[in-house]
Amino acid sequence: MHNIKGIFRREFSSYFATPLALVFIVFFLMLAAGFAFQFGRFYERGQADLAPFFSFHPWLYLFLMSAISMRLWAEERKSGSIELLMTLPVTTWQAVIGKYLAAWAFAGVALALTFPMWITVNYLGNPDNGAVLAGYIGSWLMAGGFLAIGACMSAATRNQVIAFIFTVVICFGFLLSGYPIVLDLVSGWAPRVLVDALASLSFYTHFEAISKGVIDLRDLLYFGTVIGVWLAATTIVLDMKKAD
Amino acid sequence: MIEIRNLTKRYGALTAVNDISFTVSPGEVLGFLGPNGAGKSTTMKMITGFLAPTSGAISVCGHDVENDPLAAKACMGYLPEGAPSYGEMSVRTFLEFIADIRRLSGERRRTRLDDVIARLQLGSVLEQMIETLSKGFKRRVGLAQALLHDPQVLILDEPTDGLDPNQKHQVRTLINDMSKDKIIVISTHILEEVDAVCNRAIIIAGGKLLADATPKELAARAPSGRLDDVFRQITTGQKNAA
Repeated sequence: MHNIKGIFRREFSSYFATPLALVFIVFFLMLAAGFAFQFGRFYERGQADLAPFFSFHPWLYLFLMSAISMRLWAEERKSGSIELLMTLPVTTWQAVIGKYLAAWAFAGVALALTFPMWITVNYLGNPDNGAVLAGYIGSWLMAGGFLAIGACMSAATRNQVIAFIFTVVICFGFLLSGYPIVLDLVSGWAPRVLVDALASLSFYTHFEAISKGVIDLRDLLYFGTVIGVWLAATTIVLDMKKAD
Repeated sequence: MIEIRNLTKRYGALTAVNDISFTVSPGEVLGFLGPNGAGKSTTMKMITGFLAPTSGAISVCGHDVENDPLAAKACMGYLPEGAPSYGEMSVRTFLEFIADIRRLSGERRRTRLDDVIARLQLGSVLEQMIETLSKGFKRRVGLAQALLHDPQVLILDEPTDGLDPNQKHQVRTLINDMSKDKIIVISTHILEEVDAVCNRAIIIAGGKLLADATPKELAARAPSGRLDDVFRQITTGQKNAA
């Protein structure tokens, strides 16, 4: 725990040591709000909720979370600091968790800074604030899923661009498998079980479920499992090829 | 105490380290000599637990590096080749981070930090970002990090590479000062360094241990009595044989 905390603190503050944090947060806020107002028709639909805001998060995260996670391990590898980190008295698992939690917390900070959206919708009407909170929780959990995939991709290469591209591709798969377009394509010929399995693998399905305001244990379990599995994979990848 | 038994590392068909065995006792400053690509860094990476050996065993301070890596790592300080660190951190926050992980706290933490900062003369750059520092300072930050917890065993991969003559002298003095009760292993391809700081030298080439003696004994093996000649004789002789 002590080691995880130390690594977390170092990693988290490193985001703010460079303009990266500022650039990222500004971009995220502009895009999140821009999409909600422009494409989500936040005003025009005349409903006091944040559904138009949350519904674009999967697509925003596809690129923005990949951008956060790409540096997690690729940079350590490239600069050689991985050798320093891994010869300190810490386990690979502690390093993986500490760095991952820092990225996730950073995503949480960016997400929390969208609070003016919440203020706006409360000013305009009487939204169900429970549902809004659920939306935030769902969004943050989904961000965690993206980051765990990204951590694993970043651990596999020293090149951040490659890490970014692989993360986007895999996350795209994890997203798309829940969209009706894909499911309709499959449901014509595949058995029902397969279609359900495909849908239940998707970030989108579980994020949708939570952001409707229902925090179901199964959805939490889903994100917990996804994060756990990808971080375990990250640890294995690092142990296998940390010196390459 | 460092004990290395039949250490071998293979990368596919390439054998980087080939069946090396030796032990190092407290008070010894061991110079690890060899041409580039001889397997010096690979051996050091295995001693410090960064790389897993293909076969063989390493124990440091009585802890097996593979089975009890945390205990072994806790009693070692390591300067990796090129002195990597976190460029976006200031020297102070970087050393604080290392102190955190090394579990230094209270009075001891303060005295240790003050000690390494003074020894390596980092006082003037404490608040500077590491990536803006000169090569010499970066190397000294790396050394400070390795010395911070006052470890029993120091593994230094090319500690004076990139330093100017004055800085080299300082680092060598530093190593001499610490050598009484510690185990220090330094790799180098600068032979004068071995004369200056080491009381034992090991020559490896092509992954094999070719000589293990005091620098004086080694030098005596050449008719000229010079260490360079012995080095060349031993390492190129190996190449021809292979």
